[in-house]
Amino acid sequence: MQLAKVIGTVVAVCKDELLTGIKLLVIQPVDSAEKSIGSPIVAVDTIGAGAGELVFYAKSKEGAFALPDPNACTDAGIIGIVDQIYRDTGEVEL
Amino acid sequence: MILGRVVGNVVATQKNHHLVGKKLMIVQPVDCHGKNAGSEILAVDGIGAGVGELVLAIGEGGSARIVTRTENLAPIDIAIAGIVDSISFT
Repeated sequence: MQLAKVIGTVVAVCKDELLTGIKLLVIQPVDSAEKSIGSPIVAVDTIGAGAGELVFYAKSKEGAFALPDPNACTDAGIIGIVDQIYRDTGEVEL
Repeated sequence: MILGRVVGNVVATQKNHHLVGKKLMIVQPVDCHGKNAGSEILAVDGIGAGVGELVLAIGEGGSARIVTRTENLAPIDIAIAGIVDSISFT
């Protein structure tokens, strides 16, 4: 899985029937400091994420497992919305 | 499998039900000398790893689900499968 920021939505009328009714979101993969990693990708939304939210997604076939039909054709699926990130910066706070 | 250092964790209330009760750790992949290699990943903890530890992560869905003892349709593609004690070269 990887962290990502939701930056947009995709509307596609003509698509595989297994993707009917599935929300497609444009997400930008980020690291824990919210710095962009690579280019944005399109992922199916299985959790109800919205624009601007920090989410995490599963790549490959696992991205489809959370959809109503796990055989749907997708290679990335949003599976959770991040509330909080705890990061060890290596510094000791006094 | 990949070597990585656990650098943090993520808290998420709203997530797939297969992930409930599972720890989500931020793992920075490293090379065999401990230097950062590539971008951070988010792995489900199957072993009880903590922040700062050097771990072995499995980046393949089938094995990741086995190590986290989850069902076949759990959307898990990376899991921590071991804590590294030492690495030696011949």
